Amino acid sequence: MTQYEAVIGLEVHVELKTKTKIFCSCSTEFGKAPNSHVCPVCLGLPGVLPVLNKKVVEFGIRTGLALHADINRRNKFDRKNYYYPDLSKNFQTSQFDQPICEHGALTIDLENGEKKVIGITRAHMEEDAGKLVHNGNTISVSSGSLVDYNRVGVPLLEIVSEPDMRSAEEAKAYVDELKKIIQYIDVSDCKMEEGSLRVDANVSVRPIGQIDFGTRTETKNMNSFKALQRAIDYEIARQIETIESGGTIVQETRTWDDERGMTLSMRSKEEAHDYRYFPEPDLAPIVISEEWIEEVRRQLPELPQSRRSRLVLEDGLSLYDATVITDTLAMADFYDRVRMGIDDAKSIANLLMGDLSKSLNELGSSVDESNIDPAHVIELIRLMYDGTISGKIAKQVIPEMLKTGDMPKKIVEEKGLVQMSDEGALEAIVLSVLQENPQSVEDYKNGKDKAVGFLVGQVMKATKGKANPGLVNKLLKEKLSLN
Amino acid sequence: MKFHEMTAHELSALMQQGQVSAEEITRDHIKHVEQVEPSVCSMVSKTESIALDRAKEIDQKRASGEVLSPLAGIPMGIKDNISTKGVRTTCSAKMLENYIPTYDAHVMEKLHEAGGVMLGKLNMDEFAMGSSTENSRFFTTKNPWDLSCVPGGSSGGPAACVSAGEVVFSLGSDTGGSIRQPASLCGLVGLKPTYGRVSRYGLIAFASSLDQIGPFTKDVEDAALVMETIAGYDRRDSTSADVAVPRYRDYLNQDIKGMRIGVPREYFAEGLEETTVSLVKQAIKKFEDLGAIVEEISMPYTAYALAVYYIIAPAECSSNLARFDGVRYGYRDETAEDIFSMYTKTRAEGFGHEVKKRIMLGTYALSSGYYDAYYKKAQQVRTLIKQDFDRAFETYDLLLTPTAIGPAFKFGEKSQDPLSMYLSDICTVTINLAGVPALSMPCGFVNGLPVGLQLVAAPFAEGTIFKAAHAYEQATEFHKKRPVLEV
Ligand SMILES: [Zn+2]
Repeated sequence: MTQYEAVIGLEVHVELKTKTKIFCSCSTEFGKAPNSHVCPVCLGLPGVLPVLNKKVVEFGIRTGLALHADINRRNKFDRKNYYYPDLSKNFQTSQFDQPICEHGALTIDLENGEKKVIGITRAHMEEDAGKLVHNGNTISVSSGSLVDYNRVGVPLLEIVSEPDMRSAEEAKAYVDELKKIIQYIDVSDCKMEEGSLRVDANVSVRPIGQIDFGTRTETKNMNSFKALQRAIDYEIARQIETIESGGTIVQETRTWDDERGMTLSMRSKEEAHDYRYFPEPDLAPIVISEEWIEEVRRQLPELPQSRRSRLVLEDGLSLYDATVITDTLAMADFYDRVRMGIDDAKSIANLLMGDLSKSLNELGSSVDESNIDPAHVIELIRLMYDGTISGKIAKQVIPEMLKTGDMPKKIVEEKGLVQMSDEGALEAIVLSVLQENPQSVEDYKNGKDKAVGFLVGQVMKATKGKANPGLVNKLLKEKLSLN
Repeated sequence: MKFHEMTAHELSALMQQGQVSAEEITRDHIKHVEQVEPSVCSMVSKTESIALDRAKEIDQKRASGEVLSPLAGIPMGIKDNISTKGVRTTCSAKMLENYIPTYDAHVMEKLHEAGGVMLGKLNMDEFAMGSSTENSRFFTTKNPWDLSCVPGGSSGGPAACVSAGEVVFSLGSDTGGSIRQPASLCGLVGLKPTYGRVSRYGLIAFASSLDQIGPFTKDVEDAALVMETIAGYDRRDSTSADVAVPRYRDYLNQDIKGMRIGVPREYFAEGLEETTVSLVKQAIKKFEDLGAIVEEISMPYTAYALAVYYIIAPAECSSNLARFDGVRYGYRDETAEDIFSMYTKTRAEGFGHEVKKRIMLGTYALSSGYYDAYYKKAQQVRTLIKQDFDRAFETYDLLLTPTAIGPAFKFGEKSQDPLSMYLSDICTVTINLAGVPALSMPCGFVNGLPVGLQLVAAPFAEGTIFKAAHAYEQATEFHKKRPVLEV
């Protein structure tokens, strides 16, 4: 039986988080009353002209640099002409043959631990369209439709990859990494559910060993990472099945139906629009100076891939830990700052990924939005080191610290959470626990080591968790072996 | 002399001397409009009551000692493709018959600041496409010099309106000659400024890379006055140039001795009427008498200008006019039952024949598979045409050509023959492709109909044009002649 391989390329649209739209000064704020963020320019009223928001170009440069792409020193806008009511001018101002960025690359980590470089063909700037609300399923069967032009003119960056991915997992890893980079460089929120990150997938299959690509389809309308993976997997399976059963793949645009778990044909190549691209005569070509590029380069943060490697190679963390820590720029920066005060990467990672993340999640907060600084965590770890508190007490301190913003030492003192390390006092408690639990003592003697755990628990209970766990263990074992 | 026969600088002087008020001037013009408008038909909308309020405001300001612009209190008219806040702006199109802009064009803001008094919005070829104003969807405008003749186009309304004395000056727009050709046919001064000299913000676009707003006036000094008011950088128009605006009046009353004028032989091509050639030659002689050095030159790429123009202008128009779809404003066919038929019916009925023809031409030229052969090639030739001008202006201060191939023609004479209508733009379209400034002014009469000459300068050298034009005007009497309208 023929073995097939999939060939996948992705087109990712990210909504840039500029304060104002790309060609006018309307706000880009999400979720406002319909048609409240509009003006003559974005409504495309007769006689208006676009004025390019410089921030959009800056974000384009920043993204290009983060993706190791060439920044075209001279690039231009073009008009993409097609009719749709969500488009106020019936053309979209976009970039056709001279995009702002070309020839980039991004590295993904594969599950087998290898790295893979995915080529990025280009990234170009364009404007978003508005939103239609039909009182029927689609515009053609609806008796009427309402249009909200708030999103018209919100700046987008379309990032087009090379057809370098071979599975849905690789595609997901690519979008994951791209999203992370874009969030690091702070040009977009990348919220797939809110539509600020949209992915279209070009998928084809070919017999393994064949050099030529098969006929591809473009699938749209995946609203989550899960949908993206499912849609690609579905499309790969559909195409292989079609070929195996003697059919041919039609070049077409398909749409993902999440409920039915399948892709459906939207329009064929023959029905595809002729966009009649031509240079936008209302905007001058964009000229980007070396100084501007260097200025943007200086402001770039260290990117996820490089951070992960550093945490693995220099700090000795596992790739898994490094990946979790560097998932967001805020957490990665926080780690680095705690790391400056504590020379134990593993303990920091454990605390940040474990108890701290858990408490933050419960609060629905994140490390950059919370009450605490790296200094809090440094002090907390030091308190554990010098035996003032145990890990168990730390679990009580963290939520309090997040709630009040107080330093750990203050919380420990005020709440009397200092660890009991007085051997004499603890010995008395241990003895009384042994007296009260003769059955456990008996079990221990009969070889049931688990009984120690229960007895430790009883001592902790008696001390309200403050007993030094190491000391309790030591004392218990001493007394039990005497018995 | 009657007020409605006077120029802006003459009326301004009278107002400053306290001999007449803005209100009196405005009332005089309104009365004159009532008399002649039924035969001239230049106005799509009249705005008398707003005009009177503004005139009174100006009089109050002057009385309170405020220093006012020379255009303060001067009656004006505006081509109906320039957006006027709160005043219907139709482009003489069914598509925009009831469209009222929510904002003012940049030039309107400038004119309001200066205190201009708008009497009405003026007729034109639908969406500025045409050379006779016969393509207006509302009515045809008559040439005040002979009511059986066209006023030219597409700014036929603005030309006829000034020529008939209904307003003192007007604004038009020029994409391929739409100011200069009607100025020539109506015996006026009409200027197409350098591309980027006047902001296009608020001008309803025909062909974005060619369109410019410019004045129609009764003499050169008024043209300089209007340009001082409307020219200048506007950040809302990314193609407007951040170049300082000189005081154009400083170029008036200057000696043109030693000025070098080139006369490109390609502009005297076949089709140009003999009588026009002979009047332009007499004008050349007059420039020489005034001390200019006039030489014949060659601009070889002129031959391709019409072909290039009729690809680029329709291509841009096909995209610019796509927004008129019945969704947001303007005409909508209410019988349509789905989105596709709403688009097609709205556009089939909302647009006239000439507009649809150009949209189709442009759509074709931009289509995939044809783009390289048409649009891209046209842009390349456009660059060569510009280079013709660059070379010429290395040696010459100005170029002198005819404006139109002849005087005003009869209604219907050319509308049945679109090719001859297109060919009549031969002397003007090249200028728009090159982006340089050009002015048309009267240089004589044929059977009582005015004929114009065209002066062309390097980019942003409008001052040089004013200098030469004023010297010629002072040495001739053509600008003093007014049409006689039987009322
Ligand atoms: Zn806006």
